[in-house]
Amino acid sequence: MGKIQLTRVRKSFGEVAVIPGLDLTIENGEFVVFVGPSGCGKSTLLRLIAGLEDTTSGVIDIDGQDATNLPPAKRGLAMVFQSYALYPHMTVRKNIAFPLKMAGMAQAEQDRRVERAAKVLNLTDYLDRRPGQLSGGQRQRVAIGRAIVREPAAFLFDEPLSNLDAALRVGMRQEISELHQSLQTTMIYVTHDQVEAMTMADKIVVLNAGRIEQVGAPLELYNAPRNIFVAGFIGSPRMNLIEGAEAARHGAHTIGIRPEHISVGDGPWEGVVGLAEHLGSDSFLKVAVDGIGTLTVRAPGEVSARHGDRIRLAWAGKLHRFDAEGLAL
Amino acid sequence: MATHSSRLAARLMVAPSVVVLFIWMIVPLAMTIYYSFRLYRLISPERAGWTGFRNYAWFLNSPEFWQAISNTLLLVGGVLVITVILGTLIALLIDQPVWGQGPLRILVISPFFVMPPVAASIWENLFMHPQNGMFASFALGLGMKPILFMEQYPMASVIFIVAWEWLPFATLILLTALQSLSSEQLEAAEMDGATALDRFRYIILPHLTRAITVVILIQTIFLLGIFGEIFTTTQGGPGSASTTLPYMIFKQAIAAKDIGRAAAGGIIAVILANIVAYFLMRGIGRHLDA
Ligand SMILES: Nc1ncnc2c1ncn2[C@@H]1O[C@H](COP(=O)(O)OP(=O)(O)OP(=O)(O)O)[C@@H](O)[C@H]1O
Ligand SMILES: [Mg+2]
Repeated sequence: MGKIQLTRVRKSFGEVAVIPGLDLTIENGEFVVFVGPSGCGKSTLLRLIAGLEDTTSGVIDIDGQDATNLPPAKRGLAMVFQSYALYPHMTVRKNIAFPLKMAGMAQAEQDRRVERAAKVLNLTDYLDRRPGQLSGGQRQRVAIGRAIVREPAAFLFDEPLSNLDAALRVGMRQEISELHQSLQTTMIYVTHDQVEAMTMADKIVVLNAGRIEQVGAPLELYNAPRNIFVAGFIGSPRMNLIEGAEAARHGAHTIGIRPEHISVGDGPWEGVVGLAEHLGSDSFLKVAVDGIGTLTVRAPGEVSARHGDRIRLAWAGKLHRFDAEGLAL
Repeated sequence: MATHSSRLAARLMVAPSVVVLFIWMIVPLAMTIYYSFRLYRLISPERAGWTGFRNYAWFLNSPEFWQAISNTLLLVGGVLVITVILGTLIALLIDQPVWGQGPLRILVISPFFVMPPVAASIWENLFMHPQNGMFASFALGLGMKPILFMEQYPMASVIFIVAWEWLPFATLILLTALQSLSSEQLEAAEMDGATALDRFRYIILPHLTRAITVVILIQTIFLLGIFGEIFTTTQGGPGSASTTLPYMIFKQAIAAKDIGRAAAGGIIAVILANIVAYFLMRGIGRHLDA
């Protein structure tokens, strides 16, 4: 079981209200991803749930019980830190067994659980090494191992993959997703990475300055962003936001068009190519369109446009309209 | 320094300093060894000639000698135990965010800046003195007899004074080590259900072992030669109750003016220091490797 409910949770550090009041429900077994710009309070929120920070006011319920004032160990949650926070002087085996030892579990049961976790995470050969003798990915797995042996009600991950290289990140991302599939335990996952958020989440929570901008399934946020912030934040490259006459023609203050919804070829807009990035599978173009401004275009495959070329653009696909307050129409 | 030629180059480069250091060490040592076999008394006319091992024999047969050895070890051990344990506790305490942390830390460090004879005099005359001392007036105020610190507990008094002097050093080293412990490790342990005591035992203490090793090694070097505090307070007495090996050598060299015997004592002290160093490195030296 791992249903977590936050009610009017506030957190201030001195004068600064980092989280000015927030409601959120996380259902049992869900994979929830927190995203948001740096400094928006993702880690703080996670630490509040973990009990590593005290709430200034508000209530945190875990499985229907008020956990607001419970110490971290009593909440039944496990956390994986960005720096892994392994115990450097203990072997991998002792690291993983540490929470069990602290719980006073019998040695035989400890060994059994450590072996099982090591098997799941491919760590069996490394059990007698110290963290200093492991690679980044292996350390990450030890940190996860230490979390899963306790069989917690929910896992909390704070940017667990940000110290890994790109290839390893993809691998670990899939491993964590598979882990979630097999354990069916609630997971809360903080990340900066668009792809991680979109691929792993059942539900994405977009935060901005301690406020929730929108909560929803990944494609829901992609297709129907509630406001300009979410529209700009979800999707890579960023959505083009156009104001002025072009927007007024569509009866909105601002219109948003995703780069992948603009095609090169015949169309109403004409402009000069600024930057052209050819990735093989895609081409990203920055085009200075007359009377509108710079638009980012994501064209599939190879496009022959080079810097300085004049090309014509058309939009094909969805157009997002926003009012003067930035809310979707 | 992976390749053969770079290792060779490295050896050539450090060779001059090694040679200088070797001369630096070997000349005084050789002279001390030379004098330790000579008859060389400043107050008697007989100042020449070899005496074989008689200077050493005198030392080893002196009733004071074994007491001096045990006092030396007691002093080193006692001060180490006090400074490491108290130093760890104080470091834990002043690592907490408290009001006035800066001045507090300076206060904790300040005893280290007091010169040893001054510190010893202050303790002896202002605190432990049976008539004028503060402890005496406390005792009188409570209707008890003042304790004669320097007479009844000379060794304990000296150990206490030296520990007071060295506590800041231990605290400082342990505090910096403590500050290098990542708070995430402590938080992870907290999430894992470790109590404050568990966290100290399983996370903080292992993290501190290297710093503790450094404290023990450095302090041992200095504590083996403690002299000023004894000279200022007990003068090695009463009798020879607080005579350590350095103090015994001093008594031979300056009081008895017997350079030969003092030199022999010096060589014995070198041997003792090496024995201590050997056991220390065997016991805790491995903690110095990363
Ligand atoms: N202990 C603290 N004392 C004072 N301010 C803090 C403290 N911890 C965090 N803050 C502030 O709270 C805000 C949110 O911090 P938080 O670490 O939650 O951001 P974040 O969303 O995790 O950012 P990032 O993506 O860079 O990790 C920041 O403005 C930060 O300066
Ligand atoms: Mg963070």
